[in-house]
Amino acid sequence: MTMSTASPLTHPSASQGEALHVSNLHKRFGALEVLKGVSLTAKDGDVVALIGGSGSGKSTFLRCVNFLENPTSGVIRINGEEVEMVSDGAGGQVPANRRQIERIRSRLGMVFQNFNLWQHMTLMQNVVEVPIHVLGMKRDEAVAIGEQLLERVGLSAKRDVYPAFLSGGQQQRAAIARALAIQPRVMLFDEPTSALDPELVGEVLKVIADLAAEGRTMLLVTHEMKFAREVASHVIYLHNGIVEEEGPPDELFGSPKSERLKQFIRTVS
Amino acid sequence: MTDASLVPQAVLDLLALLSPSPPGWGGNLLRGLLHSLQIAFGSFAMGLMIGTLGAYAKLYGGPIARDLAAIYTTVVRAVPELVLILLLYYAGTDLINRVLESAGYARVDINGLVAGIVVLGFVQGAYATEVLRGAIKAIPQGEIEAARAYGMGPMLMMRRITLPAMLPYALPGLANLWLISTKDTALLAVVGFSELTLETRQAAGATKAYFLFFMAAGALYLLVTLFSNAIIGRIEKWARRGLPSAKGAR
Repeated sequence: MTMSTASPLTHPSASQGEALHVSNLHKRFGALEVLKGVSLTAKDGDVVALIGGSGSGKSTFLRCVNFLENPTSGVIRINGEEVEMVSDGAGGQVPANRRQIERIRSRLGMVFQNFNLWQHMTLMQNVVEVPIHVLGMKRDEAVAIGEQLLERVGLSAKRDVYPAFLSGGQQQRAAIARALAIQPRVMLFDEPTSALDPELVGEVLKVIADLAAEGRTMLLVTHEMKFAREVASHVIYLHNGIVEEEGPPDELFGSPKSERLKQFIRTVS
Repeated sequence: MTDASLVPQAVLDLLALLSPSPPGWGGNLLRGLLHSLQIAFGSFAMGLMIGTLGAYAKLYGGPIARDLAAIYTTVVRAVPELVLILLLYYAGTDLINRVLESAGYARVDINGLVAGIVVLGFVQGAYATEVLRGAIKAIPQGEIEAARAYGMGPMLMMRRITLPAMLPYALPGLANLWLISTKDTALLAVVGFSELTLETRQAAGATKAYFLFFMAAGALYLLVTLFSNAIIGRIEKWARRGLPSAKGAR
């Protein structure tokens, strides 16, 4: 996918550069080590799916990528820019420069399990908030882009509605529009369908699949194995904080090597 | 039959005392009301500012900021307001003048209005701290997290997300504080500030029409409350625009 128009609806960068690189990431909560050295590289256009059982550390990994959790150790490079960390004096590390973190975060489109739309704003206000107030875009321009994005996720008619008055599926689609509005280098999905009623899962997965097909770089934590197999270019199976197995989806799901993964695939499918 | 003969002349004479221009005392009462409202508004606004700082200090501050905020809210809420007002007013003005004198400046007369606002605002701030702290804690954490995840800095997040999102949870408590502040102005009568209560007492003392004037003052306080309620209702409706009604959730 090498479209090079400036439209926000298309993949923002056409080069096959490295979008995200994580190496040897550790995360410790007190005595509990949740991540024990996880590495990952995503090139532009890659769709990396993280799968694993509850407590495997997959959500924590995603949250470390945009520093909602501070990794205990490890290197994170986003857009070729390495995040500077300093010791927090208690065995961990914290970002050295808040502005660097804020700048990097404003290029990562996070989609949460519980949508986390701002309740005091309409859908349109949610979508244009970050472009205007963080990225400094002009309001007219942001609204024009917002209109296209809401149209794309099928919510044009709801642009002036507050999130609480919408279904979970609609809220999650709006949250995806909010993420797209910042023209993210990488989209981060943290179990985007886990909080949805079963009949609403499909509409959200369809939007995500369209984004994957268009060549967006995505990191996707999910319980939807069938979906991961369909959209991902690379699948990582995490178990107890380490990468137990990884590879192309057909290989991983078709002929799993490790006993744990075989068992995991049996229990979830 | 004219109206005058319907109502005894004595009653008319009494009511004439409320006339806004002398020899009526109505003008004094209205002036007192204006002063009361100025102080109530000023101290409420100051209380909101202190309260916001206090709530942030308690929730996100370092150990020193947290301790200072805790001491402030504990002490102010422990001591009767009347005592605090006497203490802050007399001790406060005295302190300022001592400082001025020792620095070689002349003593100043502290403006009663400003002193009243500062004293009551200081008291209001302690209560507002707790109201706002509770309201901020009531915001769904995910909304704060989303703001962080999209690269908002602390000030932007406070202005765009935290304060508007906590407003629906804070308003009932803040409305209480506003109504309390309109009536706490009466406490300033003890330091000789001519707000509504003191003006009423003077008018009543001069005319001996105690019942009339205190009823009139009561009616004025009631009007302020009714008007406030109407405004607060509108603000609350606006602040809750994104939240489904509590009735609907039942």
